[in-house]
Amino acid sequence: MAQQHEKYYVPAYSPWPIMGAIGLFLIAFGAAHTVIDMSKEIDGWGSNVLWTGIAVIILMLFGWFRDQINESLAGMHSKQLGNSYRQGMTWFIFSEVMFFSAFFGALFYARFISVEWLGGASNNAMTNEVLWPAFEAHWPLTLTPGGIESGSMGWMGLPLYNTIILIVSSVTCHLAHVNLEKNNRKMLTTWLGITVLLGCTFLYFQVAEYIHAYQDLGLRLDSGVYGNTFFMLTGFHGVHVTLGTIMLLVMFLRVLKGHFTPDNHFAFQATSWYWHFVDVVWVCLFIFVYVM
Amino acid sequence: MSTAAGEMTHHDHHHHAPSGLTRWFFTTNHKEIGSLYLWFSFIMFLVGGSMAMVIRAELFQPGLQLVEPHFFNQMTTVHGLVMVFGAVMPAFVGLANWMIPLMIGAPDMALPRMNNWSFWILPFAFMILLGSLFMEGGGPAFGWTFYAPLSTSYSPDSTALFVFSIHIMGISSIMGAINVIVTVMNMRAPGMTYMKMPMFVWTWLITAFLLIAVMPVLACAATMVLTDKYFGTSFFDAAGGGDPVLFQHIFWFFGHPEVYIMILPSFGIVSAIIPAFSRKKLFGYSSMVYATGAIAGLSFLVWAHHMFTTGMPVGAEIFFMYATMLISIPTGVKVFNWVATMWRGAISFETPMLFAIAFVVLFTIGGFSGLMLAMTPADFQYHDSYFVVAHFHYVLVSGAVFSIMAAAYYWLPKWTGHMYDETLGRWHFWCSLISVNVLFFPMHFVGLAGMPRRIPDYALQFADINKIVSYGAFAFGLSQLIFLWVVIKCARGGERAPMKPWEGAEGLEWTIPSPAPLHTFETPPEVK
Repeated sequence: MAQQHEKYYVPAYSPWPIMGAIGLFLIAFGAAHTVIDMSKEIDGWGSNVLWTGIAVIILMLFGWFRDQINESLAGMHSKQLGNSYRQGMTWFIFSEVMFFSAFFGALFYARFISVEWLGGASNNAMTNEVLWPAFEAHWPLTLTPGGIESGSMGWMGLPLYNTIILIVSSVTCHLAHVNLEKNNRKMLTTWLGITVLLGCTFLYFQVAEYIHAYQDLGLRLDSGVYGNTFFMLTGFHGVHVTLGTIMLLVMFLRVLKGHFTPDNHFAFQATSWYWHFVDVVWVCLFIFVYVM
Repeated sequence: MSTAAGEMTHHDHHHHAPSGLTRWFFTTNHKEIGSLYLWFSFIMFLVGGSMAMVIRAELFQPGLQLVEPHFFNQMTTVHGLVMVFGAVMPAFVGLANWMIPLMIGAPDMALPRMNNWSFWILPFAFMILLGSLFMEGGGPAFGWTFYAPLSTSYSPDSTALFVFSIHIMGISSIMGAINVIVTVMNMRAPGMTYMKMPMFVWTWLITAFLLIAVMPVLACAATMVLTDKYFGTSFFDAAGGGDPVLFQHIFWFFGHPEVYIMILPSFGIVSAIIPAFSRKKLFGYSSMVYATGAIAGLSFLVWAHHMFTTGMPVGAEIFFMYATMLISIPTGVKVFNWVATMWRGAISFETPMLFAIAFVVLFTIGGFSGLMLAMTPADFQYHDSYFVVAHFHYVLVSGAVFSIMAAAYYWLPKWTGHMYDETLGRWHFWCSLISVNVLFFPMHFVGLAGMPRRIPDYALQFADINKIVSYGAFAFGLSQLIFLWVVIKCARGGERAPMKPWEGAEGLEWTIPSPAPLHTFETPPEVK
């Protein structure tokens, strides 16, 4: 606790959260109806609601962050508030870790338990014999018990390049941070710019990999539990990289505007933490989804 | 719970405070948001309660009387979802919002705007969930646990709405929990060390950790259900290499800590009220803290006790059985400490204390039936019977809900500036206490005799007891209207409450005026 007390800034009434709530409602409601319409193969209004919701959320983010940045530039943020933000971001990342952990758990369960058991392992000889006598357990599961065939994704080539790209981008992101703290703006801009480009390159390769999977390998989201876990894990990771890249880009633009000082740059720090987190997830993905 | 009357005088000189409804939409104040949470939770309590009334009306007699089986299934499902995510959890978040900053001497929650966001997305989530009941094919009908393949291959078209509403509830809980945890870790007044914090703050700190850890896991399970149903994945389908049992593992990895999320704050409330009305310090404060931590830690290692009959290797069954039984040790420490606090105290029996004592007794009954269920071989008999329903309603209704009632009575004077009507409060208590036992106690017997849960009809030999249970349910439902009356009456007027209406109460919240002004502790107090 600080010895002499700085006033903790409690913002006045704000319109942004309720706007965010409406936006989130429209996204959820619209997405649900889009999905339902898709399953019935009809053209509904769901996607319109979804896109409206996304637009509302984007507007909200601009408004909310504008208020936030102006307050910060006006020096209204105490050290204690900075701690709140940093701790809040840490816990948010922890919740993301748990989200990915659950999907990794599903991957390990599928690989070491459900597929093995369907193949007759443990005391499940009869399961195999009675239900799918022709099925033999193997991973990647390129032929499901139900008979869906697909290829499998190797780790050489694009996945390996992407691993190198993300690890390098983590380093460049860190270098940008170091230069921000040294107030070396030119190097900061350079390293941050490189990080953004590396993020975009990663996404480009990821899309190429998906196209390759769908067109050449016949590996799809619905090709059994190997395809399921592959696309869900890499897909959610890809969404996070997209978000992270957008955050980095915003940071880049703010740096160009002259924002951030060596001792007041929470937004930058949070983005950098997020980016490192996304990288760590990728390394786990590379090991457990691609290599092993 | 509304402090509107009390606050009008204060927010005049608070610059540009919007008036009317906009004030509640735009607020960043922890007390206003706390009140919103509490009112929302009470409305959801009545909504979920009405569904329980439909269930009990149908089960009043054997045979199918009032509703279609499919509608009955929707009622059991949505009753569970509404009570868990709409009534109990938001009530605790509301109490946390109101009381934690007051208890630790903070000017507000750490992230006030996010606080508003985490509340206002909740009503929308429930609009989506409840709205899905009116869609063609009906709303969710697969039980609040949404086991695959009931929620995938055999679920109604509206399942996507269910999934996305669960996502929003999860986002709300995570944001609320982050706010609590950051407030507690970063906003304590000078001198308020961790081991000086009130138990309510401690239990909420640990609850918040559990929430952040497991709500994302629920999101994962819901997402897989969505893709299994609509995008052709086979996480829970053996034909594609998946396994429906995987769903249960993921769900209960969330679900068991969730159980403690709904009871740990109760422990905190009761640990505040019993010392206040026993006029003694809480017995064994530090052991209470460690016991709470131990319960939270163990909660991650016991999930599969919900799945004993699903099929697991014997070693796993035995591990989960013993791990579950282990939880009764820290829980026993708590019950012992509450009783020891009352021992030789100068006890008085105002409504909060009545509810707190009832909590201790009835929660312990629920704990004991939990211990019975923890034994794997016995569970093979009890599983999916009304015994289970009796067990978790003892811990959730006469446990969690009773503690929320106790908290409301205890802090109403601080919130509204008026004393509640003690006579009415006692009426509410005694009606609730008697009816809740008429409602849930006989369920143990029909359960042990073999009556399955979640079925709209039953064998004739269960008829008498089900009739008694339904009478209890109607009486319990009606008794809660007394509570509504007490709260409205208290918010509108009554005897002026002093700064500290309870002689034996301790804590910073009693050092500020009643009603609590809109902004408190803008300069932190010194805690010795």
